[in-house]
Amino acid sequence: MTGNGTVQIVFFLVALIALGLPLGAFMARVYKQERTFLDPILGPVERFLYRLAGIDAAKEMDWKGNAIALLVFNALGFLVVYGLQRLQHLLPLNPQAFGAVSPDSSFNTAVSFASNTNWQGYGGETTMSYLTQMLGLTVQNFVSAATGMAVLALFVRGLARHSTKLLGNFWIDLTRSTLYILLPLAFVFAVGLVSQGVVQNFAAYKTVTLVEPVVDANGVANLTQTLPMGPAASQIAIKQLGTNGGGFFNTNSAHPYENPTPLSNFFEMLAILLIPAGLCFTFGIMVKDTRQGWAVFAAMAAIMVPLLLLAAWSEQGGNPVLASQGIDQTASPNQPGGNMEGKEVRLGVTNSAIWAVATTAASNGSVNSMHDSFMPIGGAVTLFMMQLGEVVFGGVGSGLYGMLVFVIIAVFVAGLLVGRTPEYLGHKIEAFEIKMASLLILIMPLTVLGLTALALLSEAGRATIFNPGAHGFSEVLYAFTSMGNNNGSAFAGLGANTPFYNSWGGIAMLISRYWLAVPTLALAGSLAGKRFTPQGDGTLPTHTALFVGWLIAIVILVGALNFLPALALGPIVEHLHLTL
Amino acid sequence: MTTPSQHATVATGVTIASARQAVLDAFRKLHPRAMARNPVMFVVLVGSVLTTALWIQALGGGGEAPAGFIGAISLWLWFTVLFANFAEALAEGRGKAQAAALRKARGDISAKRLREPHYGAAHDTVSSGTLATGDVFLVEAGEIIPGDGEVIEGIASVDESAITGESAPVIRESGGDRSAVTGGTRVLSDWLVIRLTAEPGGGFLDRMIRLIEGAKRQKTPNEIALNILLAAFTIIFLGVCVTLLPFSLFSVGAAGHGSPVTVTVLVALLVCLIPTTIGGLLSAIGIAGMDRMIRHNVVATSGRAIEAAGDVDVLLLDKTGTITLGNRMASAFTPAAGISPERLADAAQLASLADETPEGRSIVVLAKALYGLRGREVHDIAGHFVPFTAQTRMSGVDIPSDDAPARSIRKGAAEAIKAHIEALGVVFPPDVQRTVDDVSRAGATPLVVVENSEVLGVIHLKDVVKGGIKERFAHLRKMGIKTVMITGDNPLTATAIAAEAGVDDFLAEAKPEDKLALIREYQRGGRLVAMTGDGTNDAPALAQADVAVAMNTGTQSAREAANMVDLDSNPTKLLEIVEIGKQLLMTRGALTTFSIANDVAKYFAIIPAAFVATFPALGALNVMHLATPESAILSAVIFNALIIVALIPLALRGVKYTPMHAAQLLRRHLLIYGLGGLVAPFAGIKLVDMLLTALGAG
Repeated sequence: MTGNGTVQIVFFLVALIALGLPLGAFMARVYKQERTFLDPILGPVERFLYRLAGIDAAKEMDWKGNAIALLVFNALGFLVVYGLQRLQHLLPLNPQAFGAVSPDSSFNTAVSFASNTNWQGYGGETTMSYLTQMLGLTVQNFVSAATGMAVLALFVRGLARHSTKLLGNFWIDLTRSTLYILLPLAFVFAVGLVSQGVVQNFAAYKTVTLVEPVVDANGVANLTQTLPMGPAASQIAIKQLGTNGGGFFNTNSAHPYENPTPLSNFFEMLAILLIPAGLCFTFGIMVKDTRQGWAVFAAMAAIMVPLLLLAAWSEQGGNPVLASQGIDQTASPNQPGGNMEGKEVRLGVTNSAIWAVATTAASNGSVNSMHDSFMPIGGAVTLFMMQLGEVVFGGVGSGLYGMLVFVIIAVFVAGLLVGRTPEYLGHKIEAFEIKMASLLILIMPLTVLGLTALALLSEAGRATIFNPGAHGFSEVLYAFTSMGNNNGSAFAGLGANTPFYNSWGGIAMLISRYWLAVPTLALAGSLAGKRFTPQGDGTLPTHTALFVGWLIAIVILVGALNFLPALALGPIVEHLHLTL
Repeated sequence: MTTPSQHATVATGVTIASARQAVLDAFRKLHPRAMARNPVMFVVLVGSVLTTALWIQALGGGGEAPAGFIGAISLWLWFTVLFANFAEALAEGRGKAQAAALRKARGDISAKRLREPHYGAAHDTVSSGTLATGDVFLVEAGEIIPGDGEVIEGIASVDESAITGESAPVIRESGGDRSAVTGGTRVLSDWLVIRLTAEPGGGFLDRMIRLIEGAKRQKTPNEIALNILLAAFTIIFLGVCVTLLPFSLFSVGAAGHGSPVTVTVLVALLVCLIPTTIGGLLSAIGIAGMDRMIRHNVVATSGRAIEAAGDVDVLLLDKTGTITLGNRMASAFTPAAGISPERLADAAQLASLADETPEGRSIVVLAKALYGLRGREVHDIAGHFVPFTAQTRMSGVDIPSDDAPARSIRKGAAEAIKAHIEALGVVFPPDVQRTVDDVSRAGATPLVVVENSEVLGVIHLKDVVKGGIKERFAHLRKMGIKTVMITGDNPLTATAIAAEAGVDDFLAEAKPEDKLALIREYQRGGRLVAMTGDGTNDAPALAQADVAVAMNTGTQSAREAANMVDLDSNPTKLLEIVEIGKQLLMTRGALTTFSIANDVAKYFAIIPAAFVATFPALGALNVMHLATPESAILSAVIFNALIIVALIPLALRGVKYTPMHAAQLLRRHLLIYGLGGLVAPFAGIKLVDMLLTALGAG
């Protein structure tokens, strides 16, 4: 890795903590319904919304009430997005006159955006009308993120409370997440991105004359190019902040209109991890022990940073096959060096690696380079980050509650090791908690591995694997890993916009979002109902370096045991083929 | 106390006979219904059956791999199941011998049922099996008590060695705290009239037999939670292994050579991955925990109680007998002004010669030790000894003398002596009063000695804190357990003893209802409370406490309110009980960690072996350099089976417990079982592979 690369990585992490801390404190105020500096402006709006929807802001619900609210709200969101796509040819704001989207693709996209996955089987600028993008996708970008944050707020209250059934009110957490956190942040980021040249308009696509004609495969010379337009900046801000990742354009943040400059790139990378990191601190404040928040943050960072360095090192090292043919890939004053295939020249190796690891650590899924073209190790890192269950920062809200489930498993085994019924934050961890936690860790690998196997066994699944050998396997594995973890990024090279991948992928996304969110709420309900167990000298402290290390070991071990055989047949064998 | 020989067999546990029995039981436990209770081992059983079928198919010539290879894998999978069953049978076997001995004592015997509930009433001879609760019966010398009951009349010595192992007989009498008798024990002298308190078959002995045999062993809360986690891991690994077949099929197609992974290899991989080490030993650990209690002569009514013992936050301990020796000892003499110490000591000794209480003995001994006053024999002194009575609250001696005035020496509590001399018209000397106050403040009891009407001084009677108890409390504090001393003493005395014994807190001038209130208060704060007790008035507190240990010498109501009974009636046993509870959890945690950590090495053995034919490059993952793919897989399976056997002693003995902070304990156990579990199989699998290669079986 180059010195410049190291500086960029350190700067990125410092900025993340520096901004995450105050944001975390602010979010804690939002969820504790305390006064914030935005109240004078947003307070009336919030109250108006509750009146409009008939929500009693003072009424709290138990876990079941909240789970039903969550499912009803997300089902409605799904139906709206599905309907908009199917009917977009009849609706306004469609200057390119795109037709209705196919049923399977509409299903996949609707699930994808409702579940905060933002897997995109379609190409945005050639499929979706502005209305679909704004009213369907952008709205879901906000509320699907807010859904995750609301579930987290409910879960953390379950940890902070004792001897009660009530967790809070999903509708209020949802509204406050959107209104006080996501909207203001997205506004600030959108303005920042516009300043860097990201487009924001309702204009029809522009056709420009090429300086140099391009001859296509059929020998036809193209003299013009169509430049897509649209309200991109507003969607990009929230797709990054809300760990959505669904780009306005098909090439996502590699597109110069989505991510034109190194500064816009830095903002967007920061936005990927900002809320997930900040929520760690919010958690600490809400359970009245900030050390717990730092501990979880430290575990996440300590998993991500080494893997980030590994990916950056692997990409900077370049391709050994090219090296063997005498092609110089080392960094020098004349060239940045490294594996530049699939990467934007204006962004370079380090920023592509940081982005790739951040976007797969968080379940964001936006890309500024093509993960498919990473070296096998770099590709394996992105796969593995997702296969850890998207708990290393993870999706907004969902990443932290996923990590807290691992904390419960870690506390349980550690509690046994020290000879005491395990407890976390004053809650005894008993059979029901372990049942829910077990369910939460086993659903994801079973979904991902099962659907990958199904794709490889079925004709329809194999038909659109365009790359031969182990890499073809990696692509299918990546697709279902991504959808099965609500990430949404993709290895290219797999034709995923087919009824097979759209349907099964949609099911994977449904499972990984809702089959996890509901047991998570049940777990929160059970934790909140427990009598407070005070901490004593016999209680295992959960903020120490030792415990953080144990937590990391559990997360890595479970992830590795689940996916090592699959990785061995994919990226590991690819790597060995390149180097041996 | 158990006799040494009994201890030896129980402690080592494994004799040739019991091992042989355990081997037979291991096969008996292969019954699918028995296996289904343990999801992890059930999967192994299914795998064994499946590979056996594949082996038979291979013998016929159409196998997916050489019959020898499949057969070897299958054989070792069967061994894996049998080893786990063996561990369980071995743990159970240790209790069985004890249960058999107990059952002998319980056998149906004849009982003399009284028509009227008093001694001398007419009786019918009936079988003990027909007795009902509330029946009153007579037991005379040489007879066996037919069931658990309460003595309502009489006093007798009873041989309880059948349940306690203690050969010295104990006294049982009506009223008071020694009225409970246990069915199956033998009356040695005199007679008892007993009211039956437990139905035949529901008595203490029956409960104990059931517990020891493990027939009624229910899974404890932590065990249930752990079982769920292990089942989850098993399901995940099932998914991992099942999906490997399509992955392999695709890879073979993509690579264009090699052959897909065989079902045998997948089953082998599955069995290696699922937590068989802990799954196989889990029930043995639970049974062994119960057994360890029994070896400490503690009978717990449920495994749940043992587990709860490990979680205890607060220990309530009675001062007398637990923290201090039962008796106070003389520690110093402080003479009154103008009196020589020797004179005081001499008078004190004379007054105590006939006093056979330990306190009296200690005064004689102290006078001898400090001033060389030889203990005179009682009959050498032509005196009249005055025993202690509740009315006078004094004791002493009157020595008539021909040439001098008669000596009348008394010793007693300050209040009693004061009243005594004031009745004689003498003022209690203020310096002695000061001494009395000082002694009280220091946590000792003052006894004032007076000769005729002259106050000679004060004897200090000190509560003697048991040796080593302070260290034990320090250990408990390290474990995060708070100790609270309960005493009837005044707060001054209690403070001093509490400081000397090193308890965290005390409750002075405690009445039984104060105990109950204290337990409730701690429980409201979320604490788990343990206590010991023996008297009927302890019963409510015992029933309220989370871990309640009744002394076997205690009353029936105390024994019923408690969830454990200490057959040795040793109040400090609570400390061992806590440790056993902790050990139980730690052993489970240790083996779980070890089991999961083992999987890493097994992947490195099996993954390259399974896919090297498809992708030769994967041979690079064979970091152990195992000889052939077949020997690699077989080595992993053999290691996986043998590790169960290797860990049986640990499962039965339990992880050694050293009191330390939770964080230190975690670090230590993670190093041993986590890191050890990661590294050990690399060496173990390599070793097995080398052996196989040497034997030419690879």
